[in-house]
Amino acid sequence: MEKNIEPRRGFLRRMIAVVPASSLAAGAAVTQVACTSDGANTPLSSAHAGTTNAKYSPSYLNDAEWAFVVAAVDILIPKDEIGPGAVEAGVPEFIDRQLEMPWGHGKLWYMQGPFHPEVVPQLGYQHNMTPRDMYRHGVADCDAWCKTNHDGKTFAELDKKLQDEILHQLDESKIELPNIPAKLFFNQVLANAREGFLADPIYGGNKGMVGWKMIGFPGARADFMDWVDQPNKPYPFGPVSINGERG
Amino acid sequence: MTIKKDKVDVVLVGFGWTGAIMAQELTEEGLQVLALERGPMQDTPTDAKYPKVIDELAYSVRGKLYQDLSTETVTVRHKTGDLAVPYRQHGSFLLGNGVGGAGFHWNGMTFRNLPEELRLYSNTVERYGKKFMPEDMTLQDHGVTYEELEPYYSQFEYVCGTSGTAGVLNGARQAGGNPFEGSRSKAYPTPALKYVYGESLVEKAALAAGMHPYPLPASNASEPYTNPYGVRLGPCNFCGFCEHYGCYMYSKASPQTTIMPALMKKPNFELRTRAHVLKVLMDNQAKKATGVLYVDSQGREVEQPADLVILCAYQMHNVRLLLLSGIGKPYDPQSGEGVVGKNYAYQMNGGVSVLLKKGTYLNPFIGAGASGVVWDDFNGDQFDHGPHGFIGGATTKHARAGGRPIKQSAIAPGTPKWGSGWKAGMQEGYQRILNIGLSGSVMPYRDSYLDLDPTYRDAYGMPLLRMTFDWHDNEFDMLKFVGDKAELVAKELNPEKMWSSIRKKGSHYDVRPYQTTHNTGGAIMGTNPKNSVVNRFLQCWDVSNVFVQGASAFPYNMGYNPTGLVGALTYWSVHAIRTQYLKNPGPLVQA
Ligand SMILES: Cc1cc2nc3c(=O)[nH]c(=O)nc-3n(C[C@H](O)[C@H](O)[C@H](O)COP(=O)(O)OP(=O)(O)OC[C@H]3O[C@@H](n4cnc5c(N)ncnc54)[C@H](O)[C@@H]3O)c2cc1C
Ligand code: SF4
Repeated sequence: MEKNIEPRRGFLRRMIAVVPASSLAAGAAVTQVACTSDGANTPLSSAHAGTTNAKYSPSYLNDAEWAFVVAAVDILIPKDEIGPGAVEAGVPEFIDRQLEMPWGHGKLWYMQGPFHPEVVPQLGYQHNMTPRDMYRHGVADCDAWCKTNHDGKTFAELDKKLQDEILHQLDESKIELPNIPAKLFFNQVLANAREGFLADPIYGGNKGMVGWKMIGFPGARADFMDWVDQPNKPYPFGPVSINGERG
Repeated sequence: MTIKKDKVDVVLVGFGWTGAIMAQELTEEGLQVLALERGPMQDTPTDAKYPKVIDELAYSVRGKLYQDLSTETVTVRHKTGDLAVPYRQHGSFLLGNGVGGAGFHWNGMTFRNLPEELRLYSNTVERYGKKFMPEDMTLQDHGVTYEELEPYYSQFEYVCGTSGTAGVLNGARQAGGNPFEGSRSKAYPTPALKYVYGESLVEKAALAAGMHPYPLPASNASEPYTNPYGVRLGPCNFCGFCEHYGCYMYSKASPQTTIMPALMKKPNFELRTRAHVLKVLMDNQAKKATGVLYVDSQGREVEQPADLVILCAYQMHNVRLLLLSGIGKPYDPQSGEGVVGKNYAYQMNGGVSVLLKKGTYLNPFIGAGASGVVWDDFNGDQFDHGPHGFIGGATTKHARAGGRPIKQSAIAPGTPKWGSGWKAGMQEGYQRILNIGLSGSVMPYRDSYLDLDPTYRDAYGMPLLRMTFDWHDNEFDMLKFVGDKAELVAKELNPEKMWSSIRKKGSHYDVRPYQTTHNTGGAIMGTNPKNSVVNRFLQCWDVSNVFVQGASAFPYNMGYNPTGLVGALTYWSVHAIRTQYLKNPGPLVQA
């Protein structure tokens, strides 16, 4: 039996070993400064990550929306003693890129009317808004609310404590927004923040695989033949990504 | 203008598990078989390629392999008279699409029914009397017995390379298997998968609590295996990317890994993809099907004549196609008459979770689609229901499909939803939280059914299927009872924390969280045309050259995953077609 397994495993290992060099170089051109091509192997410093994000120019999100998303995800998944947060992980980039995908355009959902958002929540999503609409309405509404209630400042301009409070209020539907239910908007941002923090780095988030390192997920290794019967032992290998980055 | 194609002997609507089995077996008879599949071609080297396939966002979150809901979905409401609204986003159940159907991206849990489950109505009446059954429960027997189906369960398991430990072999109890199971004529084709750490812990705890745990029967091959069609499977490496994904290791049984390599070579088989069937075409008297009408990849309508039409389109689509084609009498919940759409049922799930002590490394990413430890002590009729006043039961299991971070990480209750608290909770929970799940049977009721929606349409202008469904007290009582027993096992794990999620009476069916893709009924099998759409060979009572495969035939939903029974029934049905129907086309059972 072992004989049959080995060649295949060898093949997989080679794949993992071979893929990185080429694709990392390609990916690096867009998001990383040339001198840190080996950066994936070392934990991201926030300074480095900051540069990474500054380089990205959003495609769907406008300036105000980008500022909102950066500020909001920084509260939702902050940098702390556990490790980097959503901003360092590139979550704003992830969100912007997702909004350009069929998903962002609502193309994966049944979007024919009539719409009945008034039915019980157990019957699921019943709004006519695509994710792109949710961000467009949500940010504009939320910024307008902030300006009215907090000295003419947008969400991104407020201090973190206040931002945190406002996010709680959105989550608990304590703020009423004119064009989108506050909770719907909040849930969308939170879900996308988590996705961007924990999805494969090919989507622009989870840079340096910091989300995976936080919990100890080995990424695309997907080969545990010889670890099945090693009970209760810490898994010794760091994550790899689809493009072959190692962490 | 409709294009008309040359006639074939057999047209299959849909090419998932049931379609592939039918094609493989009927081409053996020398028949010209054509399978029409609405989705794209899918195969292991192209659609399950490593490392591209190890992508949680694409597959599990955005649902790359699921049915495109923008084109077609169902509508849902809780009771007759309510407004039904579309199932706009995937949640509660995940419909398959494309070659292989949901069989390309299922988990592989492959159960057989307990013998009493196939005659649950008779068994209940014999044991507890007719009064025991709530008045609005429309339970009936399958019309086929475990003994009759046994060889076909074996046949499916041997095609799949199912791994497991037999509990009862030729009447003799076997150590380590399920002592409650019906007797098998053959052992599993491959030995059980190894237990991952969490499963070993739960096995010990279950034994201590007096349960009879056994390894979950898994169509994830535990060793290299060649099936009776000569197709070779590789050993599962516990990659953790199983359900929602094709298997890059060629280990998970799917039409691709078990049947297609043999089938696709045959000159008398054709698979046409991007062929969406709109309806079954009928002759003037509406007594015989003449073929099907479909829309091809270019949007053209095509008429495909055939002598035999077999619906293999999955439970919901089978029912919808029958309704759209005017085959059989639609069910009327008021009068209780009519059969098409009757006895729709789902499954009721719940569970108990534990946080194990600090320093535990479950390594949850080591998992397989059907890796698990399970017990049947409170499933089927394996305990006395008399004092408890409900019918049915649940399988209880700890299964470890993987530990994919977006959808399969867990946090303990009370953990903040975001912020540093969330991060800490994720870190703590990932290695130490373990779930014991319940998969519960759901009885059929007079007010749970499928019909056509009056308002919403699919991309082809055809009415969507409408689902009317909600929970009943019988199931709430069942789950509470089995949930309490699961807690006894959870306590044996000496957890730091423990919490359970069992639905409370009065709560409603919720389409948002994923529960299972185990939908049943709507084209149920039975012993006479008054109480069923198809006879015991899955042949339409009203139109004898139409057969309907899949879980649409189940008169109620058991505590097990359905595909073991779906596979067995398909082999049973095709055996009857091969040995009886082809010699003498017409009804196999006299009404
Ligand atoms: C994520 C997931 C996990 C699962 N895990 C398990 C498990 O562990 N154990 C278990 O027992 N079961 C499991 N199931 C259920 C299992 O996949 C199904 O029981 C099984 O695939 C049903 O086979 P089928 O042939 O009836 O339908 P499918 O496999 O769904 O195939 C039906 C095919 O018909 C096609 N079709 C539909 N309508 C039309 C039309 N109008 N024209 C042309 N083609 C059409 C579809 O595109 C599809 O390819 C799981 C399902 C899912 C989604
Ligand atoms: S867990 Fe096993 S059977 Fe499932 S996809 Fe991975 S290798 Fe295949």
